Amino acid sequence: MNKNYMVSLIAVIVLFLIAYVGTQQGAGLQLVFGIIIPYLAVILFVVGFIRRVMGWSRSAVPFQITTTCGQQPSLPWFKQAKIDNPSSTFFVIIRMFLEIVCFRSLFRNSRMKLNGGTKLTYQLEIFLWVGALAFHYAFFTVVVRHLRFFTEPVPFFVTLLEKVDSFMRIEVLYDAIQSGLPGVYMSGLVLLAATLYLFLRRVLIPQVRYISLAADFFPLFLIMGIALSGIFMRYFTKVDIVAIKELTMGLVTFRPTIPEGVSGLFYAHMFLVSILLAYFPFSKLMHLAGIFLSPTRNMTGNTRQVRYVNPWNYPVKVHTYDEYEDDFREKMIDAGLPVVKMPEEQP
Amino acid sequence: MSSAQLLAEKKQEILKSWFQATVDTYPADTARFLKSQKDPFANPVGQTTYQSLDSLVDALTTGAGRDVMAAALDPILRIRAVQTFTPSKATGFVFSLKQIIRQHLPGDGRDAGVDMNGLDRQIDEMAMAAFDIYVACREKIFELKATESRKQFFGSLKRAGLIDETEADGPGF
Amino acid sequence: MADELIKPDELLSQIDHRPSGAGWMDTPLDIRKGMYCYASNPKSVATLGLPYARPWNPLEEDWKLPENWQEIIYEGFRERLEKFRSFKVFMDICVRCGACADKCHFFIGTGDPKNMPVLRAELLRSVYRNDFTTAGKILGRLGGARPMTLDVLKEWWYYLFQCTECRRCSVFCPYGIDTAEITIMGRELLNLLGLNIDWIATPVANCYRTGNHLGIQPHAFKDMLDFFVDEIEEVTGIKVDPPYMQKDADILFITPSGDVFADPGTYTCMGYMLLFHYLKEKYDLNITWSTYASEGGNFGFFTSHETMKRLNSKMYAEAKRLGVKWILGGECGHMWRVITQYMDTMNGPADFLEEPVNPITGTTFENAKSTKMVHIAEFTADLIKHGKLELDPGRNDNQIVTFHDSCNPARGMGLLDEPRYVLENVVNHFYEMPAGTIREQTFCCGSGAGLNAGENMELRMAGGFPRANAVKHVHDNFGVNMLACVCAIDRAAFPASMEYWVPEVDVTGLHELVANALIMPGEKERETDLRGEPLPGMEE
Repeated sequence: MNKNYMVSLIAVIVLFLIAYVGTQQGAGLQLVFGIIIPYLAVILFVVGFIRRVMGWSRSAVPFQITTTCGQQPSLPWFKQAKIDNPSSTFFVIIRMFLEIVCFRSLFRNSRMKLNGGTKLTYQLEIFLWVGALAFHYAFFTVVVRHLRFFTEPVPFFVTLLEKVDSFMRIEVLYDAIQSGLPGVYMSGLVLLAATLYLFLRRVLIPQVRYISLAADFFPLFLIMGIALSGIFMRYFTKVDIVAIKELTMGLVTFRPTIPEGVSGLFYAHMFLVSILLAYFPFSKLMHLAGIFLSPTRNMTGNTRQVRYVNPWNYPVKVHTYDEYEDDFREKMIDAGLPVVKMPEEQP
Repeated sequence: MSSAQLLAEKKQEILKSWFQATVDTYPADTARFLKSQKDPFANPVGQTTYQSLDSLVDALTTGAGRDVMAAALDPILRIRAVQTFTPSKATGFVFSLKQIIRQHLPGDGRDAGVDMNGLDRQIDEMAMAAFDIYVACREKIFELKATESRKQFFGSLKRAGLIDETEADGPGF
Repeated sequence: MADELIKPDELLSQIDHRPSGAGWMDTPLDIRKGMYCYASNPKSVATLGLPYARPWNPLEEDWKLPENWQEIIYEGFRERLEKFRSFKVFMDICVRCGACADKCHFFIGTGDPKNMPVLRAELLRSVYRNDFTTAGKILGRLGGARPMTLDVLKEWWYYLFQCTECRRCSVFCPYGIDTAEITIMGRELLNLLGLNIDWIATPVANCYRTGNHLGIQPHAFKDMLDFFVDEIEEVTGIKVDPPYMQKDADILFITPSGDVFADPGTYTCMGYMLLFHYLKEKYDLNITWSTYASEGGNFGFFTSHETMKRLNSKMYAEAKRLGVKWILGGECGHMWRVITQYMDTMNGPADFLEEPVNPITGTTFENAKSTKMVHIAEFTADLIKHGKLELDPGRNDNQIVTFHDSCNPARGMGLLDEPRYVLENVVNHFYEMPAGTIREQTFCCGSGAGLNAGENMELRMAGGFPRANAVKHVHDNFGVNMLACVCAIDRAAFPASMEYWVPEVDVTGLHELVANALIMPGEKERETDLRGEPLPGMEE
């Protein structure tokens, strides 16, 4: 049994139970889990996030070390790979955009297969790419959808997104399920499935298991826990949406209240989200911000055309030509090589 | 049914087990990669190993003899000779074939009327060929170690008459 | 019969069975012969004034480290995190997705899981977490952190000198994490403790003093070129006359010393000499050589940024002293990464030079406007495009050529189409290796970044296997018998790699093929190529 993922799994289960039990009647820690911890988590997230990004930007960028993934700008008849070897900020932005929005580098995992001797066929090894895309877009959609709990009135794009998100399933489920069940959001299911895929990948692919740390499993379980509790609340146990919105609106308007009738499941859900927020800046999840600062991707490749300045460039000890000639003058003269100073001129 | 036919029939299973046993000589994490990645350019070790073993099973089935076996053994041993295996581990995969064939034939081969002694002799032959190739590869490596810089860096200098043979030592350009 | 046999798995399990399933931190380091290079010679370390010059042996328990070595590493680490955002960001943002894992030629070839790029970086990251992050301090091993111990240091040394800084992994990383950058930092830290390998340290010391890695003194450098003059005369009947350190020449030419002293680079060097002579005769272009700046390569790059800068300074210094208009660079891999991404920043601005213009064609090399240094493949491509070279590619008809993109020009510059254009004009038979093994996805020769020593031949052969395997494919399918490249380390490393993996394939530089095809004014009828091999139709 792999210690790394067992520890992570247990941690998430324990966290869930703490919040769930803590907000049951009798325990009465609603104030802690409904107000104090969410505020603390948001503070930790914001402060931690900013500190981390500030920390990165305080470090210098001494050299322009772009990874060039295509033809350089050269003589006019060579077609430059403008995106993969960009010369201008505009194309750097396109490169970054494709990297961030389409995970372009991951998509490069194309493969060949030798079929029956010498015939080559190409295939894309795209599972990681598809899984990663599905995960991130589902996560993004879920986050935006949740804005509905923090805004009044709900902005049009949130409503629109909800409609699109639930479009697929509404018709299928309308008649079959009793009234009152909300439309099924694709994003929640995709998020869960993608998280599960990313987890299985870590366990089943040997190289990936070998490199995986507890810090790789913990966020996956955390997100699974969040997604599961969310799905559960929406489709299976009827939670009091009005009361929840009262609570969440209270939080964003800085007039926090603990309304009656909010279930323990919700507090557990919100606690896991709080943990995720608080954990975020101290973890690898910061790749969200780090990608923007990655020097191999966010710089132009035209380093021969435009000089890049190193903020801490300092003079170094070099072996000058004069020293060199002093070392080898006689031999150079004998060999007929030109010298600057003839020996007799020396004092 | 002749031995050859029976072996040919079981070829895929035997090959699969043998490949499995061979890549299991690598660290567990590497072994899975070698097995799963089918791209011959992204995974040349796994694919070359597979093709070598494939040809070897064919050679065994047809009784093709030592030269054919040697030709099939060369690519796989050329790899294993540079991969920090001990000599026995680099060549030991050949012997595992004896057991694997028995596993895949009814009654360890005896019931099927297969000439197991003949097969074993062929596999022994294969092992000897494997050892020869392994040693030849190692000799090649040592030869390269000993002569590479001499040939490259000092070959031209010598041609130009610029150095004595005794000075020909020291690291590169 | 069968009963007498021991089961094969039992047999194998008796020999050197490696426990599976153990985490990488629990796999003890095993320094294997053939996989590492000898320790640096203390004299070379001292020549450069680098710290802790001493004799030491990687196989011995005691590496004779300074008392406070942990403090030195810690301070060095901290300093580099501040000085290099790349280092800091790459320490923080890896999600261990595994996209890079099987992209490394050393992992593919050696099968050692610690050669997966992500794990090579984790060797440093684990210490980073322990020393510089809160989470790592609290969670310890569970958070992937571990303290800096002697074993960790040895592991660093062993695996950081099993990386050729080829950047292939960085192409596939969704965050652009570049293992080369991490290896560069790690090697800098090791150098703070005097832990270099001799194949790097001694060439660096040589280069510092004599101007080239081999430590060839100026008169011997000239002797060598004089020898080429004779060889060229034998083949073409033309006596070329290369100028040395000629003041006010048009162009200064700098190439790796491997081209001058190591076969088969020497033939490429003759190629340059023929081309320059041609340009002198036909167009009165003066291209001068220098013995002071007689090394294009820069093993300082494999030591530390500072050492790289110290060696690189000679290029601009010499160009300035001689008063040339701009600099032309020969075929070399890491030399061009240094020129492209470091030189101008480190030792520029080169405001004493002119924006490079090819005086023969009038072409401005816009892309080299600031560094003022042009790659000879760009230069020759421009000459060919404008019909300025008279070529007979038929003279290369015995050569069935494929082209190896060197890592650094491919992924640290983007020089991909220029050499292909030149090739297509000087040979008639050119075949590409499979996609995924060329251009920006090219496989390393396995011997870059200072690892082309002799004692680590097994490592080099294993690391060179993915490339050799692709060469074998075009050899088997198209009868390719010549591997062309634009890198001196390639030309030094591939002959051994080919001899081992694909013995039928030989290695050449681009300009050797150019010179074979180039019809010199007033030449005699050539019977052989530069290697003395009979030309097509001239065989007895």
